[in-house]
Amino acid sequence: MPKTIKEINEKIKKGNAVVVTAEEIIDIVAEKGTKKAAKEVDIVTTGTFGPMCSSGAYFNIGHTKPRIKLGGGTCYLNDTTCYTGLAAVDIYIGATAVQEDDPKNSVFPGVFKYGGGHVIEDLVEGKSVVLRASTYGTDCYPRKKLETLISLRDMNEAVLFNPRNCYQNYNIAVNLSDKVIYTYMGTLKPHLGNANYCSAGQLSPLLNDPLYKTIGIGTRIFLGGGEGYVVWQGTQHNPGVKRKKNGLPQTPAGTLAVMGDLKQMSSEWLRGASFTGYGSTLNVGIGIPIPILNEEIVKYTAVKDEDITAPIVDYSKAYPEVVPGSVGEASYAQLKSGSINISGKEVPTGGISSYSKAVKIAQLLKKRITSKKFYLTEPVALIPSVKSGINFKLLNERPVKRK
Amino acid sequence: MAKKRIVLTFPPTLVGQPITYHLVKDYDLMMNILRGVVTPNEKGQLVVELVGKQKALAEGINYLKSLGVETQSLAHDIKWHEDKCTHCTACIPTCPTQAMSVNRDTMEVSFIKEHCIACELCVSVCPFKALEIQF
Ligand code: SF4
Ligand code: SF4
Repeated sequence: MPKTIKEINEKIKKGNAVVVTAEEIIDIVAEKGTKKAAKEVDIVTTGTFGPMCSSGAYFNIGHTKPRIKLGGGTCYLNDTTCYTGLAAVDIYIGATAVQEDDPKNSVFPGVFKYGGGHVIEDLVEGKSVVLRASTYGTDCYPRKKLETLISLRDMNEAVLFNPRNCYQNYNIAVNLSDKVIYTYMGTLKPHLGNANYCSAGQLSPLLNDPLYKTIGIGTRIFLGGGEGYVVWQGTQHNPGVKRKKNGLPQTPAGTLAVMGDLKQMSSEWLRGASFTGYGSTLNVGIGIPIPILNEEIVKYTAVKDEDITAPIVDYSKAYPEVVPGSVGEASYAQLKSGSINISGKEVPTGGISSYSKAVKIAQLLKKRITSKKFYLTEPVALIPSVKSGINFKLLNERPVKRK
Repeated sequence: MAKKRIVLTFPPTLVGQPITYHLVKDYDLMMNILRGVVTPNEKGQLVVELVGKQKALAEGINYLKSLGVETQSLAHDIKWHEDKCTHCTACIPTCPTQAMSVNRDTMEVSFIKEHCIACELCVSVCPFKALEIQF
């Protein structure tokens, strides 16, 4: 008998919903089979904790006396550039924003010690940051300069709004060249010195709902320690990639746009990160509950690291030059064992996303649900799936004619 | 007992000489080789830990110097800030001695200080500044 989200919420309220993590469901299904598991289990919780560059937060800092219009001016939080192309006192800071005087990669490889991701981490930690702005005056907004300490408590709204998170599967990055390279997948040693991967595998939200049958717009999620929502498919959402029989994409595929109240979040689950030679970013912790509506869905959630494979991509040439194809593939079980075999060579593996943190998120979300602090929502619309015809494309550059 | 971690660089002429024997016999020092590269007809390099009495340590090092061995002590230590570590495992393939290692069941990392040779390779690799050089 299929279940509905409403029925599952009733069970949460009564305190008898059966919630297990995406790790725990594997053995349950192996032991009891999908039919029985679907009947007995109501929710499977997933988790992921990794760097997600397309993240950021917007703030309404409150009006000053006299008023100032930051829109069209410049604004910094702890010397890190904010976006001001909005109304008078609304600003946005992106995870990869750098400090004004950061030498970046002019001293190679740059360290990118502090950036937008760190500003967000400091704010959720409760710290005050320095806001510095300058702009032009108008009759209604005469003030031109502002310098103040500000914390999340001072702000009217502080909202984490991430245009692309939760990549469904990802590349395994290697370096075929003869010199060290510095990438968003970490430092890659020459001649296949290491292979870095970035996914929570069997715990990853979209790998447990590969065809987006339950996760949609309006799905309530664990976000950065607080509660958030899926608000859209993420940028570069690419559902049409090659998949295995069980629906699992063999390359990076779906993504999610998410948002939530930053004031609820914690620095344990939102962490600034610095990638040498690449830049700064934000590690985001996300957990998504999957309602076990029927047998098909429980089958998806029983996915194992052994079943999920990712393409091995050369980041010294193929990735930057957009040369299609891969050097091979490996499963997450192999990746997590510590080394993978690439054309006869044992290559040590390193993670970029944290599996142990993903486990903790899935467990935390499970606890929140069983203690009646978290209820499921019905998505108002599902995100585009395989048959949507959506395909991620490269930029078609066109010559600019100058007069 | 005192411990000292040092990098020894010695000329090719000394390769094959019973240096360790003398350190043990004459100075009562124990030498643990942490890392080493010795190529014939080239300079050899060893990262060693010497264990013994404070006075014997100093004398032993002087003995090495008198033979033409360059010695450089690993004055600084690497500190792993557990609270900053996210257990991403990015540092794991970089660490030559497995001082940073992973429990493959839980995927949690740990730092075994005794294995660390302070090569600093992991420091710039950690995105969370969890590995720090301490002077
Ligand atoms: S400094 Fe870092 S990489 Fe080098 S041995 Fe110590 S822990 Fe390993
Ligand atoms: S790279 Fe840093 S955060 Fe990642 S496991 Fe190593 S010490 Fe921890």
